[in-house]
Amino acid sequence: MGLELYLDLLSQPCRGVYIFAKKNGIPFELRAAEALKGYLVSKEFTQLNILQKIRILKDGDFVLSESTAILIYLSSRYQTADHWYPSELRARARVHEYLGWHADCICGTFGVPLWTQVLAPLIGVCVTEEKVERNKAAMAQALQQLEDKFLGDWAFLNSQQVTLADLMALKELMQPIALGCDLFEGRPKLAAWREQVEAFLGTDLCQETHGPILNILKQVANKTVPPPPPEIYPYMLFRISRIP
Amino acid sequence: MGLELYLDLLSAACRAVYIFARKNSIPFDFQFVDLLKGHHHSKEYIEINPLKKLPSLKEGKFVLSESVAILFYLCRKYSTPSHWYPPDLHIRARVDEFLAWQHTAIQMPMSKVLWIKMLIPMITGEEVPAEKAEQMLAEVKNSMQLFEEKFLQDKMFITGNHISLADVVALVEMMQPMGGNYNVFLNSPKIAEWRMRVELAIGSNLFWEAHDRLMKLAEWDCSTLDPMVKERICELLQKFK
Repeated sequence: MGLELYLDLLSQPCRGVYIFAKKNGIPFELRAAEALKGYLVSKEFTQLNILQKIRILKDGDFVLSESTAILIYLSSRYQTADHWYPSELRARARVHEYLGWHADCICGTFGVPLWTQVLAPLIGVCVTEEKVERNKAAMAQALQQLEDKFLGDWAFLNSQQVTLADLMALKELMQPIALGCDLFEGRPKLAAWREQVEAFLGTDLCQETHGPILNILKQVANKTVPPPPPEIYPYMLFRISRIP
Repeated sequence: MGLELYLDLLSAACRAVYIFARKNSIPFDFQFVDLLKGHHHSKEYIEINPLKKLPSLKEGKFVLSESVAILFYLCRKYSTPSHWYPPDLHIRARVDEFLAWQHTAIQMPMSKVLWIKMLIPMITGEEVPAEKAEQMLAEVKNSMQLFEEKFLQDKMFITGNHISLADVVALVEMMQPMGGNYNVFLNSPKIAEWRMRVELAIGSNLFWEAHDRLMKLAEWDCSTLDPMVKERICELLQKFK
């Protein structure tokens, strides 16, 4: 049994892993894990991953979660091109610097609109206007820092070539974009960066990966999003309560 | 010009870098940036790190932020012993996995406990609503359980028989609530034993020296608090309400 990846393309971290594996021609078996169908809390899945999150890699007996760790593992295991995770000391440090900041300022922030606009309403919960505004302000601040500190005059984040940092950033930003938030309005530098990353990855691959999340609003309008089963309500309520 | 580390040991992230550098005898200039006085917002510091966060590393014109990035950089640059970040692919991946997971699962809740138990009441005179405080403590308990089941298991350290970066980062984060007299190690003998092992592997003197400022937080005269920091804390209280 080769490499297995348990992924739900609605989830930002899963998209990063999927794109990376496909772009680098890494052979894997896709095991679709759909969060909304309660897969997250199924016994079988919990055994596989005590952390109760998606983005799982299974390589023989070796199981790994956390997209950052998975991407680094895949780049080493499959000896992908150096630019993804540069071997040069300072260039690599810059990737880790971005990933650290990303964990604090991007993760959890750019995923909120999906919860407030789609997932919470699915179970009849309304997130307060105050929290929505607070999230908008947090996203605006993060985008400014992304542009000033990490993009600057570079073509990509702290680099002239695409790295894991660009992948991680783009897949998070796609979430609110899919819901109609024009993140790049008034930010031509970031818009150009996004185009460059997508051009590098290839339009087909991007469409394939971002398809499900870009369709989500349509699905909600057509009521084709399956209602979450009751057993995942507690998990969803917990996630909603964590919105600052 | 040598290595400069911009630190305030009140911050767990700073303690991880400090302990690692001292333990490996990496020579550096300790540049104290007082978080409680708001010095991380000063013009001088903003020039070094516009994100206004600690820790920062400066080597000539090269400036690096984010504690994990700094730890990895120091590991390689100073060729520290391999157990800190083992070369084996699977073991290294486990360290990476822990370091990624701990941001939301350990660092955030542990730091929130300090805010809730100590800093917010001390500075604003108000308590955080009991329900929110309970929620926070439940989250901490859950994280500790996950840490034990998933990362520590029955091993001496996270990667096996030797201390690694993962253990240092984990422990300094879990120490944060101690500043508010809240001991997260009481619930699990396994974790308490691991805590002792990590302290001994680091060296008790160095460990407690690094935690001195945190442990003395209760004695601090908060009338010297920078108004901008005070404002931020009041804002934080609003988020908890």
